[in-house]
Amino acid sequence: MSSGKVITHIPESGRDAIFRVWRGDSTAGQFVDYKIRVQPGMVVLDAIHQIQAEQANDLAVRWNCKAGKCGSCSAEVNGMPRLMCMTRLDMLDLDMPVIVEPMKAFPSIRDLVTDVSWNYAVKKRIRPFRPRKPDAPDGTWRMQQDDVDRVQEFRKCIECFLCQDVCHVLRDHHKHDEFIGPRFLVYSAALEMHPLDAEHRVGDLKNEHGIGYCNITKCCTKVCPEHITITDNAIIPLKERVVDEFYDPVTRLFRIFRPKKA
Amino acid sequence: MSDWVTHEHDVVVIGAGGAGIRAAIEASASGARTALICKSLLGKAHTVMAEGGMAAAMAHNDDRDSWKVHFADTMRGGQYLNNWRMAELHAKEAPERVRELEAWGAVFDRTKDGRINQRNFGGHRFPRLAHVGDRTGLELIRTLQDHCVHKGIDVYMETTVSALLQDSPGSRVLGCVGYDRQTGQLHVWHAGAVVLATGGVGKAFKVTSNSWEYTGDGHSLAYHAGAELMDMEFVQFHPTGMVWPPSVRGILVTEGVRGEGGVLRNKEGRRFMFDDIPDNYKPSTADNEDEGWRYVTGDKSARRPPELLTRDHVARCINREVKAGRGSPHGGVFLDVSWLKSKMKDHEAHIKKKLPSMYHQFITLAGVDITREPMEVGPTMHYIMGGVRVDGDTQMSSVDGLFAAGEVAAGLHGANRLGGNSLSDLIVFGKRAGEFAARFAREKGAPRAGNAAIDAAVRTTLEPLARPDGREGPYQVQYALQEVMQGVGIVREEKEMAQAIEGIEALKPRAAACSAPKGRAYNPGWHTALDLRHMLTCAEAIARSAIERKESRGAQFREDFPKKDDANFGTFNHVVRKGSDGRMQVSRRPLAPIRDDLKQVIEENKNI
Ligand SMILES: Cc1cc2nc3c(=O)[nH]c(=O)nc-3n(C[C@H](O)[C@H](O)[C@H](O)COP(=O)(O)OP(=O)(O)OC[C@H]3O[C@@H](n4cnc5c(N)ncnc54)[C@H](O)[C@@H]3O)c2cc1C
Ligand code: SF4
Ligand code: SF4
Ligand code: FES
Repeated sequence: MSSGKVITHIPESGRDAIFRVWRGDSTAGQFVDYKIRVQPGMVVLDAIHQIQAEQANDLAVRWNCKAGKCGSCSAEVNGMPRLMCMTRLDMLDLDMPVIVEPMKAFPSIRDLVTDVSWNYAVKKRIRPFRPRKPDAPDGTWRMQQDDVDRVQEFRKCIECFLCQDVCHVLRDHHKHDEFIGPRFLVYSAALEMHPLDAEHRVGDLKNEHGIGYCNITKCCTKVCPEHITITDNAIIPLKERVVDEFYDPVTRLFRIFRPKKA
Repeated sequence: MSDWVTHEHDVVVIGAGGAGIRAAIEASASGARTALICKSLLGKAHTVMAEGGMAAAMAHNDDRDSWKVHFADTMRGGQYLNNWRMAELHAKEAPERVRELEAWGAVFDRTKDGRINQRNFGGHRFPRLAHVGDRTGLELIRTLQDHCVHKGIDVYMETTVSALLQDSPGSRVLGCVGYDRQTGQLHVWHAGAVVLATGGVGKAFKVTSNSWEYTGDGHSLAYHAGAELMDMEFVQFHPTGMVWPPSVRGILVTEGVRGEGGVLRNKEGRRFMFDDIPDNYKPSTADNEDEGWRYVTGDKSARRPPELLTRDHVARCINREVKAGRGSPHGGVFLDVSWLKSKMKDHEAHIKKKLPSMYHQFITLAGVDITREPMEVGPTMHYIMGGVRVDGDTQMSSVDGLFAAGEVAAGLHGANRLGGNSLSDLIVFGKRAGEFAARFAREKGAPRAGNAAIDAAVRTTLEPLARPDGREGPYQVQYALQEVMQGVGIVREEKEMAQAIEGIEALKPRAAACSAPKGRAYNPGWHTALDLRHMLTCAEAIARSAIERKESRGAQFREDFPKKDDANFGTFNHVVRKGSDGRMQVSRRPLAPIRDDLKQVIEENKNI
């Protein structure tokens, strides 16, 4: 998610803008327009808070850090999956109503808040980290920075679930029972590529976690606020491991003579 | 939905930041049926925002480091009001707790020889902070979260605890009552022991780095249950928060920026931190720019640049520059890392690697590219050293069955916390709290709270909903409180604080009367109405303790008493408790005499 171009100049004295916010719950809902005075430097989350404080005390919204670090404030702004706290108003066309609605891939709870509990259940199904025995004299391990750079990229994930929201396998085809989604492919990759990890997850990825459903559209990578190269760095290498392990007899033979992780 | 759902556990942990999750893991590992309750989703607690690192004397980057030096640094930073037993345990146990995180999957930045890399931070003599770029808190909380979900702990997310259960004030805590934020469903947890790990109080202040969760719930729950709070006057203002744009005012700029060589300048371009170096830090602080830079690059013969002095001091220096009219356009000063271009070839890549989220935060929120231009920064309320008074070994409060760990507990940091000492605090004392809470529950069994206690707790919780519509809303009262607390800010003075106390008293009836109609399902108005009581309790404890301490020490700076007064004020902690008449009482609790061997450690390290 880039810092973006300034589209609307907001004068120091502020200006009016209309926010068209989805209000409702799992049974019914509609868009409601709120007109507020916005100031330079404001982000969408500020606008939502202003509406909550001045016009709709009961407007439901999730947030914590206001600095793009906790991944709570995910929503769709003018149809784009974004962190509301990192979306500046001057990047939007304020001559039009700004449309703010909840993520669509998850059930609605109320207003902008969705039920993301499925994600927590999915994580439990992935085999946890299992380190090899410590092998340094002080009873710990040695790892070089070069060897952990890739894993650190994956571990930047703030679990905003925006990638889950845009993935068509979940959003349009509702394969929540068969496919763990890009966030958990990144999570699996972080474990699989962890220099200390000794667990095997490739079989699960193929059989239980539905990695085959991903057809590398890269929509997930485009929305990741942490700029994690989800497809190229995580999913494709995992797919290669699946191929290696299940479809390629030569590498499979090799594997017998070689430890799983160098 | 007039009824409630009942649960039974041996240990209930309130709060799922670093301290709470670590406590839950430990309690569950020792066989206790454990619940973990938090206001946000799991993994979103305040800990996730921590940036710079966690302090542990592993001596990877400088083999002169040891628990003794860490202990002495912590005591000096806390101006010797610390609970020395906690400072000792913390310094001794932090390295083991950090290595344990690595064994649970954490991936810290590495040294050249492949060990956990440690960085410089204010007040730490040697590079001591294990870190991951500038997102150490995320690494900590995610590691604990991913570890804990496989441990059979019952997690209640987006659930707020609103009252503790006990038969009478001061008697053993028997559980708690709370509500599901989404639905408004009430819950009752019966428990053998309760651990508070609720974090801090920042939302009582106008400019703060803290999130909405920081309404002082744990401090206030403990106080109203009859437990003692301690050191509440000591509130840390972080020197570097964002100052522009207005909507992000207060958001933290990590001290790691200065650890990586960032310098502070006023509008005349002067590195003003060289102008005022306190005497007790003179021997360990560089007196010229060149030496400061050599320190940053790891030259062991060089002394620290003055930008890395303790937070209270740096914050006041910035305050002074701004007041004297030497500040930046938006009322801060300049923090510059872009100057590294004169020192290294690829400074841009270096800064982006070492401070990625700072780069991201400034380019996105302020339109400032920190590799090319300086940031504007100013002080922001950041942390409270004060909290529930606990036993150093077990973390039990002065009320049986009630434990506290992390920011909500007092003692480790004394009058001022060193950066990085909080994350290590969470894992050291989170573990201890979990362990001893489980033991307490096992040994003392789990008697049940009576119906009267439950009814009373439920009534308090539902009260704001029952008040007639059309009265004042809770947000207005919260804003008013934040204004009032400007009088108990970074520079304090008798008359302003007296006014603040009056202001708080005047807000109490308004908070008790404000209405929050619209039902129980996800109703932030209701939630805020309940939080107000907590915020007011904490604000009052802060103001009343601060006005009684007629000296300047650590985080407390009094314009009317600018000097430290060891003879009259260096011998006790302030303790706050609820009197039998319901009024707040502040009293003095003499410091426990320090053990001889520890006294010697302090002496040995005094002048280095
Ligand atoms: C921006 C920022 C950067 C920081 N950087 C560093 C750093 O680099 N190094 C360092 O050592 N320290 C740092 N700190 C300080 C440190 O992060 C915090 O002090 C620490 O994370 C607090 O952890 P905790 O476990 O005590 O509480 P938290 O992580 O805040 O968790 C509190 C938990 O309690 C829950 N809770 C609160 N009230 C209730 C209730 N009534 N019912 C149910 N649940 C409740 C919340 O939902 C949350 O889960 C930083 C702080 C900030 C704000
Ligand atoms: S690349 Fe794969 S995981 Fe990502 S959005 Fe496309 S299909 Fe989904
Ligand atoms: S991978 Fe990126 S988009 Fe997906 S949950 Fe993590 S941070 Fe969000
Ligand atoms: S509020 Fe934390 S990411 Fe937006």
